[in-house]
Amino acid sequence: MLTKRIIPCLDVKDGRVVKGIQFKNLRDAGDPPELAQFYDEQNADELVFLDITASSDKRRILIDVVKRTADRVFIPFTVGGGIRSIDDIRQVLCAGADKVAINTAAIKNPEIIKEAAEKFGSQCIVCAIDAKRVRADEECKNKIVVETSEGKFWWEVYIYGGRTPTGIDAIKWACTVEKLGAGEILLTSIDYDGTKNGYDIPLTREVCRRTRIPVIASGGAGTLEHIYQVLTDGEADAALAASIFHYGTYSISDVKRYLHDRGVPVRL
Amino acid sequence: MCVIDYGVGNLRSITKGLEKAGATVKLTTKIEDILNAEAIVLPGVGAFKDAVKKMEPLKEVLLKEVEDGKPILGICLGLQILFEESFEGGRCEGLALIKGRVIRLPSEVKVPHIGWNTIKIKKKNPLLREVNDGAYVYFVHSYYATPDNEEVIVATTKYGVEFPSVICDGNIFATQFHPEKSGEVGLKILRNFVAIVKGSI
Repeated sequence: MLTKRIIPCLDVKDGRVVKGIQFKNLRDAGDPPELAQFYDEQNADELVFLDITASSDKRRILIDVVKRTADRVFIPFTVGGGIRSIDDIRQVLCAGADKVAINTAAIKNPEIIKEAAEKFGSQCIVCAIDAKRVRADEECKNKIVVETSEGKFWWEVYIYGGRTPTGIDAIKWACTVEKLGAGEILLTSIDYDGTKNGYDIPLTREVCRRTRIPVIASGGAGTLEHIYQVLTDGEADAALAASIFHYGTYSISDVKRYLHDRGVPVRL
Repeated sequence: MCVIDYGVGNLRSITKGLEKAGATVKLTTKIEDILNAEAIVLPGVGAFKDAVKKMEPLKEVLLKEVEDGKPILGICLGLQILFEESFEGGRCEGLALIKGRVIRLPSEVKVPHIGWNTIKIKKKNPLLREVNDGAYVYFVHSYYATPDNEEVIVATTKYGVEFPSVICDGNIFATQFHPEKSGEVGLKILRNFVAIVKGSI
């Protein structure tokens, strides 16, 4: 039986994991390769590495860190942040990434997904979508409006690391990237990210129901219950989390055991 | 051993997996490397058509070497290429080392099949030595192989259909999953392949 996946995320800035400083079980928590190996040994199902500064002058540092990190893991490894061209994708894959996450570049030029999928295969093209709730009390033309316990909303895609709104409907965009050939969607709720209040369940569920490719939910994990909710009510295929793992609130096996006890298929 | 370079995607994962398993690895597209290698690995990246095209100049030598008993390990796409034909991106002929065809996973399930799934071991094989029935391995694929001769099926996996996830026919070994991405279980399988090549199991 196909399992649900638990994916720690390394947010990397200037070659260091930025959320990992207080992580108890490691001396040097700021070193991406070291943390990556730690999560691999902890039985994480995959790893995501996001270069959150991603300015082009840091490109060589990124590739070098990606390489050193990839060398330490024997589980699937996704790399994102600042990927703008087919050449960037090739470089990252050659450095040892199994998949690349594309976000801003896909909005600017959707054809990059198509081209990349044809060249490298859909399986290694992850489309990252950062979405933010917009109140939909009045009629919203051409937007997918979902009724939640907090009222009616649609979701807007943001780019440049959550700084720039695009006016694009995130749920519709998810359907578009599937058609273009993306193999997976990494869906992050900007509203919930870092809050530890739980994932955006209505958003995740809506995207899962409207697409036929795996969806990785991200943003908001604070408790074991949150992860359980997004994999069941939210219908996500995988749950990504950063702070709860880096700060040592829970280990990967705490999460998996909790899910297993509640009947969610996981790789123990 | 030599890993055939189709010219796309990530070959570092398989290279370092095999190295960790104790092999000396050379990435290659050269005939003499195939002749000199103790074993051949067909990695699992890229698309069927492109990979077959890239292998065209090596085909004759590779088939002869495998026929003469050189061990070969096909991974994911590398498993599929061993078959007679695939329907990925229109019909295309493979190496025909194993009789059968490669078809798309059923549309009732999400395709590609991405993630950790279990293998059901059908028969004993040195490639799966010390690997438990029900072990989890990592899959990423949209197509699967259907061998004419069911005897070559060593293990199967269920996803929409029950498909062969490990195949063996004499000196030909293949996995539909990625052992290099399957943590400890995967490394064990690679170590087993290295041991088979060295004649120690």
